[in-house]
Amino acid sequence: MNRSKRWWWQVIIVIGLLTVMGILINNLAVNLIRTGLGLSFDWLWRPAGFALSEHPLPYQSSDSTAWALLMGWLNSLRVIFAGIVLATLLGVSTGAARRSLNPLLRQIAALYVGFIRQIPLLLQLLFWYFVAFLGLPSEPFAPLGAVIHLSNQGISLLGVTLSVEFAAVLLGLSVFTGASIAEVVRGGLDSVPRGQWEAFRSLGMTEGLGLRRIVLPQALPAILPALSSQYLNLAKNSTLAIAVGYADLYAVSDTTITQTGRAIEGFLLLLLSFLLLNLLINGGMQLLNRAVLRSQHHH
Amino acid sequence: MSIAIHAQSISKSYSDDHRALDEVNLSVNLGEVLVVMGPSGSGKSTLIRTFNGLESIDEGRLEVVGIQLDSNQDERQIKRIRRRVGMVFQQFNLFPHLSILDNITLAPIRVKKMQKKDAELRAMSLLSQMGIADQAMKRPAQLSGGQQQRVAIARALAMDPEVMLFDEPTSALDPERVKEVLDAMRTLASAGMTMVVVTHELGFAREVADRVLFMDAGKVVELSDAKTFFSHAKEERSRRFLNQMTN
Ligand SMILES: Nc1ncnc2c1ncn2[C@@H]1O[C@H](COP(=O)(O)OP(=O)(O)OP(=O)(O)O)[C@@H](O)[C@H]1O
Ligand SMILES: [Mg+2]
Repeated sequence: MNRSKRWWWQVIIVIGLLTVMGILINNLAVNLIRTGLGLSFDWLWRPAGFALSEHPLPYQSSDSTAWALLMGWLNSLRVIFAGIVLATLLGVSTGAARRSLNPLLRQIAALYVGFIRQIPLLLQLLFWYFVAFLGLPSEPFAPLGAVIHLSNQGISLLGVTLSVEFAAVLLGLSVFTGASIAEVVRGGLDSVPRGQWEAFRSLGMTEGLGLRRIVLPQALPAILPALSSQYLNLAKNSTLAIAVGYADLYAVSDTTITQTGRAIEGFLLLLLSFLLLNLLINGGMQLLNRAVLRSQHHH
Repeated sequence: MSIAIHAQSISKSYSDDHRALDEVNLSVNLGEVLVVMGPSGSGKSTLIRTFNGLESIDEGRLEVVGIQLDSNQDERQIKRIRRRVGMVFQQFNLFPHLSILDNITLAPIRVKKMQKKDAELRAMSLLSQMGIADQAMKRPAQLSGGQQQRVAIARALAMDPEVMLFDEPTSALDPERVKEVLDAMRTLASAGMTMVVVTHELGFAREVADRVLFMDAGKVVELSDAKTFFSHAKEERSRRFLNQMTN
């Protein structure tokens, strides 16, 4: 295609986009006029009027709707960041296990990745909730001594108590995303030349030391961009928490929308919150990326 | 113990129809320099890589610095061997994200549990021996090929190995850089290091080798002392190879 043709295409695409946006904005305006309400956020300061099963800060149903939404946001943040940490641990160890010298370890890792990636996340969340956690006895039992207490009322890990809902969402998201991260890590490890593995092995280093000090640092530039998109996926997928009744941002927004009828404002806030969340994750990853690049270029 | 490496009828295949090593027998004496020669694909790399467990063997027995290896790759034994046997590669394989100094000190500190200070002193003295002490704080990419290969030799020596393996250490170098690496190897040989060197450098082999192993198609064709090999090699196949090399 020559340059002037391409230029024309761009004009046509821009006009098309503007038309679509115009129609959407028009619809929005028409809807707002028809409901006779106009865009308003007063309802945010009225009492929420519903209880939340889980809230990281003090909350009761007479608190404002905005406060309830904040609780939802914090609940989302909590499960997303815990999920990112857990999924990373799982993914990095599984990815490394796939390149381990131990054939059994390699096979278990491959099985985990292959199996988990076949099954829709929603099913996995429901499994963790209904089968793994609600299936627990109501009397707490401690399979690992004082480290963890399990019951269908909640999980107590080193004295921190987690709700069954939180635990199900956390595990579901982490196990699911961990399998994808494992693939990202494996690809990263494979991008490091064979000679580097042979060199550290020849020096008598263990596989673990070689991975940490030689291979992973060189694999990071290949891993990090793909890793941040996995983190964003995890954040987006966290909205499935509603399926097991975890009071995340999406679930709380959903409730307020039903209660106030403020669907448009509710969704706008939801969109903004997720935009903010993505910016947070992206920003964090970019800082990390830059730190890694810097540490590799000067030293 | 006067034998550093003893290979007893070792074989190895990468595919069903072709043996990379075919019943290889040989011994390397302590303090000896053995040069390995042979056409491309004859199994030279495969052979010396079995000596530190980078390649497994399918059949036969191997004893390296008194440690036994056979077809079931015992990782513990291999690790013990690797702590005592150094290796230098054609492509240097320095760690690009670490400084020259860190390249050399990482294994002594983490594997031999040396004090950081002692490891650094030792590294600096090795770099001085190699004539590149002024490069210690640079990254590998800032060095010439010849300098990088000398760092690789220093890195291996920092573990105080009893045996050094070299796989075509000068093949990736610009011709004018070959001498500086060969000189470092000469010094090492005259200090009594046990060395197995895969190389096509006839001058070096003539001058430094005690014995020459000539391989073809995974088999040992000839294992002679260097003088014999270069003046009147026993096997027709060796003589033809030498003729090709000198012309
Ligand atoms: N990783 C591998 N996978 C499959 N075949 C291999 C592998 N490494 C070596 N081979 C084969 O084994 C045989 C011996 O190879 P080797 O690298 O030991 O030869 P070489 O004598 O070192 O050759 P060169 O002089 O080219 O380095 C060759 O036929 C080669 O194709
Ligand atoms: Mg070779």
